Amino acid sequence: MYAQLVETGQKMVRTLEDMVPEERAFQARVDADIKIEPKDWMPDAYRRTLIRQIQQHAHSEIVGMLPEGNWIGRAPTLKRKAILMAKVQDEGGHGLYLYAAAETLGVSRDQLIADLHAGKVKYSSIFNYPTLTWADIGAIGWLVDGAAIMNQIPLCRCSYGPYARAMVRICKEESFHQRQGYDIMLTLCRGTPEQKAMAQDALNRWWWPSLMMFGPPDADSVHSAQSAQWKIKLLSNDELRQRFVDQTVPQADYLGITMPDPDLKWNEERAHYDFGAIDWSEFHNVLKGNGPCNRERLATRVKAWDDGAWVREAAVAHAAKRTVRAAA
Amino acid sequence: MSTEWPLWEIFIRSQHGLAHKHVGSLHAPDAELAVKNARDVYTRRNEGVSIWAVRSADIVASSPDDREALFDPAGSKVYRHPTFFPMPDGVKHL
Repeated sequence: MYAQLVETGQKMVRTLEDMVPEERAFQARVDADIKIEPKDWMPDAYRRTLIRQIQQHAHSEIVGMLPEGNWIGRAPTLKRKAILMAKVQDEGGHGLYLYAAAETLGVSRDQLIADLHAGKVKYSSIFNYPTLTWADIGAIGWLVDGAAIMNQIPLCRCSYGPYARAMVRICKEESFHQRQGYDIMLTLCRGTPEQKAMAQDALNRWWWPSLMMFGPPDADSVHSAQSAQWKIKLLSNDELRQRFVDQTVPQADYLGITMPDPDLKWNEERAHYDFGAIDWSEFHNVLKGNGPCNRERLATRVKAWDDGAWVREAAVAHAAKRTVRAAA
Repeated sequence: MSTEWPLWEIFIRSQHGLAHKHVGSLHAPDAELAVKNARDVYTRRNEGVSIWAVRSADIVASSPDDREALFDPAGSKVYRHPTFFPMPDGVKHL
């Protein structure tokens, strides 16, 4: 998802026999749905995994501003431009809520940013694809934010208090994003044949990467199982992906456009849509840094950080000077 | 030079008459920018009519280890709740 392939540092799921008394008490609180708060005792692996997961999530929000920011200057109307700016600003806000949640675990903001810039911590694979036309802004809101909501709603119940609270705020704001995306798609699909073709083209390019956002099948992943025991992952990748497909296909039907998947069909027996095989080699390749835009995205982030350094330093100097003057 | 901006805790009063409520934290170089940043980060949808910003370093918090000592004594004092006192059916306005 926004946090994909999160390592837990565990070779197998911890059992009660493996645990020291503090860890048993911790697991009992998690099992009883009592939130873990920053000053509470927690296993180091839980802390490290959460830092990684929340950090990946935060970076995804911030890097996610770039593909959409690409179209702010070229939005078709002033209204669309104002809406897109509000959406991109929300993504920045979401990143900030999440960085703050990660910081409660004892890592500094500067360290989090440095990890991203050094390529030590990933962000979601989805933001390494280019936004070629205005329809891509529609497809991102509809599909990418739709997939994000699917993942984030269960996380509102996750075991770590600050993360859960950040997710509640984010989910409240996220449905505006999905609706504005669908609204763009609706307008294009009700427009000229060229506009509808543009919407179809965007769906063709974003559909499979959106399904990859949920991460690989996790039935046999020890990380997923451990994260599930800690309640920082509440539903499996496949479960969320299936829900997303089931919810999205009828929305495409309404638009009159089709998923680029010849194997997609309703399965009466399962009461779910069957869908074709996902090309996981593409997913792993993008995660490794070889997607269409990986280098450009990271370079843009690093440049923004470096270019802003003098502003951050000047603000600190100004505050220090005023403190001295106030004391005098 | 890398000087991380200090952390601030942000409290928002949502409407007239309600208490300020903690909504999250943010970094800012000084108090003035903490309030401005809080406006951008935490009140994009009319969430509030007033902002408090407090340096996180100035917050004094109880420790989880003191939870029992601090809060357990109240557990046995059930008579502090009105429901402790059963009222006869015929008695009104109590």
